[in-house]
Amino acid sequence: MTTVFGIPIQALLGQLLLGLVNGSFYAVLSLGLAVIFGLLNVINFAHGALYMLGAFAAWMGYAYLGLNYWAMLLLAPLAVGAAGIVIERLLLRHLYRLDHLYGLLLTFGLTLLIEGLMRSFYGVSGQPYSAPEALRGATNLGFMVLPNYRAWVVAASVTVCLATWFVIERTRLGALLRAATENARLVESFGVNVPLMVTLTYGFGVALAGFAGVLAAPVLQISPLMGSNLIIVVFAVVVIGGMGSILGAILTGLGLGVVEGLTKVFWPEASSTVVFIVMAIVLLLRPAGLFGREK
Amino acid sequence: MNRQALLCIALAAAVAVLPYVGVYPIFAMKVMCYALFACAFNLLLGYTGLLSFGHAAFLGSAAYAAGHALKVWGLPPELGLVFGAACATLLGLAFGLLAIRRSGIYFAMITLALAQMVYFFFLQAPFTGGEDGLQQVPRGMLFGLVDLRSDLALYYLVMAVFAAGCFLVWRIVHSPFGQVLKAIRENEPRAVSLGYDVDAYKLLAFVLSAGLAGLAGATKTLVFVSATLSDATWQMSGLVILMTLIGGLGTLTGPVVGAFIVVLLENKVGDFGMAAARLTGLDWFQRLGESVTIVTGLIFVVCVMAFRRGIVGELLAWRGRRRAA
Amino acid sequence: MTLRSLCAAATAAGLAATAPALHAQGISDDVIRIGFITDMSSVYSDLDGPAGVQAIRMAIADAGGEIAGKKIELLFADHQNKADIASARAREWFDQQRLDMLVGGTNSGTSLAMAAVAAEKKRPFIAIGAGASDLTNAQCSPYTVHYAYDTVALARGTGSAVVKDGGKSWFFLTADYAFGHALERDTANVVKQAGGEVKGQVRAPLGASDFSSFLLQAQSSGAQILGLANAGGDTINSVKAANEFGVTPAMKIAGLLVFINDVHSLGLQATQGMYLTDGWYWDQSDAARAWAAKFETAVGRKPSMVQAADYSAAAFYLNAVKATGTDDADTVMKWMKSNRIDDFFTSGGYVREDGRMVHDMYLMQVKTPAESKGPWDYYKVVATLPGEEVYTKLSESTCKLVKK
Repeated sequence: MTTVFGIPIQALLGQLLLGLVNGSFYAVLSLGLAVIFGLLNVINFAHGALYMLGAFAAWMGYAYLGLNYWAMLLLAPLAVGAAGIVIERLLLRHLYRLDHLYGLLLTFGLTLLIEGLMRSFYGVSGQPYSAPEALRGATNLGFMVLPNYRAWVVAASVTVCLATWFVIERTRLGALLRAATENARLVESFGVNVPLMVTLTYGFGVALAGFAGVLAAPVLQISPLMGSNLIIVVFAVVVIGGMGSILGAILTGLGLGVVEGLTKVFWPEASSTVVFIVMAIVLLLRPAGLFGREK
Repeated sequence: MNRQALLCIALAAAVAVLPYVGVYPIFAMKVMCYALFACAFNLLLGYTGLLSFGHAAFLGSAAYAAGHALKVWGLPPELGLVFGAACATLLGLAFGLLAIRRSGIYFAMITLALAQMVYFFFLQAPFTGGEDGLQQVPRGMLFGLVDLRSDLALYYLVMAVFAAGCFLVWRIVHSPFGQVLKAIRENEPRAVSLGYDVDAYKLLAFVLSAGLAGLAGATKTLVFVSATLSDATWQMSGLVILMTLIGGLGTLTGPVVGAFIVVLLENKVGDFGMAAARLTGLDWFQRLGESVTIVTGLIFVVCVMAFRRGIVGELLAWRGRRRAA
Repeated sequence: MTLRSLCAAATAAGLAATAPALHAQGISDDVIRIGFITDMSSVYSDLDGPAGVQAIRMAIADAGGEIAGKKIELLFADHQNKADIASARAREWFDQQRLDMLVGGTNSGTSLAMAAVAAEKKRPFIAIGAGASDLTNAQCSPYTVHYAYDTVALARGTGSAVVKDGGKSWFFLTADYAFGHALERDTANVVKQAGGEVKGQVRAPLGASDFSSFLLQAQSSGAQILGLANAGGDTINSVKAANEFGVTPAMKIAGLLVFINDVHSLGLQATQGMYLTDGWYWDQSDAARAWAAKFETAVGRKPSMVQAADYSAAAFYLNAVKATGTDDADTVMKWMKSNRIDDFFTSGGYVREDGRMVHDMYLMQVKTPAESKGPWDYYKVVATLPGEEVYTKLSESTCKLVKK
């Protein structure tokens, strides 16, 4: 058996694959954050809480309405996106003319509110949720046994990420969005309803978080606290990738998932801090992030 | 003597007699520690315009450092306080060097991530006691003379530290250095064009803020004879932002008011919830009372949306309007 | 503008409503005052929390609400898992509200802080929800009673009993912080003493959401038993992932700090066959069942060990007060350390000189979904572990009260 630094190559491949799975969660979440930040210049602290709401929506759809996973995969992001639109219309919209920090503080307050409410109603132990029938079981890949559901997670996330990237970078709608980021007034004078676009963009970014939540529901225990610590890691990912860069967010998310996976093999105790260490190093060398542009 | 100085002396006298009129000293000391923390934070946000989302790292590191110095090395309390504040200052320097390069949102995110790293370090490091925390820290004898185990004696020490901290902040703000900070907050490019080394000013403000926050943390360890992980969590960073926001950004007394309200909230929200439940007959208030998080989040949202100037800010604006009328 | 005035009014009202509490006068001492500080709203609230308050209320009601004409009063507060809030509240109650006895809920850090305050104020403190064995070792005090369980008992119970049941080779998944290390160390020692072997361990950061890579390492070790030296959300997520990656039928899980609420939220499908040690189970005896039924009527679900212990400890204290005719701390502590506890929680439990309440623990195995007849019917008792064997022996104790 060949070994790399004492770890058999098979185990290493297994860990790499698992890292990729985690990386896909990071990618989808940081993509949502990057989209929102790119257009609205708002750091959506509530992203973690909305991810949690997506997972809860999947569970609630099953528990209260008897809807299965596939239905919720479509409905939960829509529900969370709708919630996002309400937040944007009612609250966030009024803060654009102010210092950007207020947007961050508002979303921070919303995080506390959402998490507190969910905790108050559902307790903290969490709700069980199982993967859909079609995706249960595992495939023996030779070097490891990979649960089918995890493979699905990677496939779904990468598809959604690529689709989003394509829309933003290669379509006319995306071009309008990017133009509005640069100069909203000018785009408005072209007759484009920029406020509506902004609202829908926030809704979409948030829906991505909800989507990640549904993906996570069978894997993690659905608890009101599931978003809290994850969100800070995702922030670090976005900082490393360069805020506002769509491709940067996707690639950094996947890459950091892999880095974290490798750390779990060679130095498991550090696996929760490795992302921050990487962030500190990147900041020293490239303050704008790996793919970012100096604004 | 001018009005301001007279007002300060009157306030100091009032605070000094609080234990004798029935105010629980530990509660008042807790308020003063958090007020100092909020003042330090306000120096950075209200006066320099930098939102740091990781200030709890300074509170926590000083709390642990002072606790360790007092418990394990047996240092006297005054040296423990100095050591704690010094550790926080050094940490502030390290954070600052990494974070100052960016501004606004980026700065906030970086400080958050760095603070989280420090939190994980505290979680694993044996000297912090991890989840159990650093317990039974001896309060010691101040200058070898005053036994701080008496709550009353400690009260006056905390009052002195708090007053000194506030005075320092006041002095910094009302100095040429402070004026440059305000200029940076108002319009950074212009300050740069005037020839000021903006990064150096920001770094110094950051380090000063970290040091004062550390002083607050070290003092808190003396009051509670313990230092735990909750001092270094991001929720604590969020709490100090809330205190400053409620009280009033960029005002000197705002953070103190904000700290008072938040500490009151933390301790009494359960009682308040029960009272409201009895008053309105709605059982839901009981549930609200059980969750400080919901109330905190609600206040945050309300403050950001409608109450941005904070209590003191609104008072000052109201007074300004009355004078103009 | 209206919103702002509303806010101002609300703040003023709030302050007014709470201001009197700042100036509380001392209340006359013809009242027996019990205080209870626990996590009401955060990570441990299901285990103890508001339902624990109910349990103590039940104990007070069952004692008649008064003893020899003195009323019994209950104060309770949420420490939000912050030691400074817990210790400040405890101090305030002792100093200003003439608290007679304090009960400590979940979270070890807060209990240690409260124990220190109680020792300073010389009042009894009964730690129930927390597991830190330090409460009866390095940080023991003549006023601390550690009632329901501690991590040493759990580790030793699970370790030795599982080895006896056939689980000889172990692999540990440990939460990387002091508590996790202590759990792992205590269990590993016992496993080796009982004739088993430890094939390896992996340390996962606390609060890691994804355990898949750690579980892969566990799987490749070939051990029979996967020991989970973690708690709460970490345990839940590791069990879930273990099922997903097919670790479970091949390896049996031994949870070193698992409560019935965790099993309830994971479901039997995921947890079936898991070993764990518990101090009390609602279905373990007729008396337990009877009390659990009363609890369920009041609260809506079956009680956890901690909630049952809340009732038992409160009742024990009240018996002490009744028997001695006083709520003087030293007299009551002396009575509690010289009398046995005989109720639905334990028969023959007793408080040692280091404050440890020694009682039998039970090795449980989680039933399969087929074996379970309804919600909360989760455990079968595999072995009874005598208290003297699983708790820290007095000879090993680092408590300064223990005469060696």
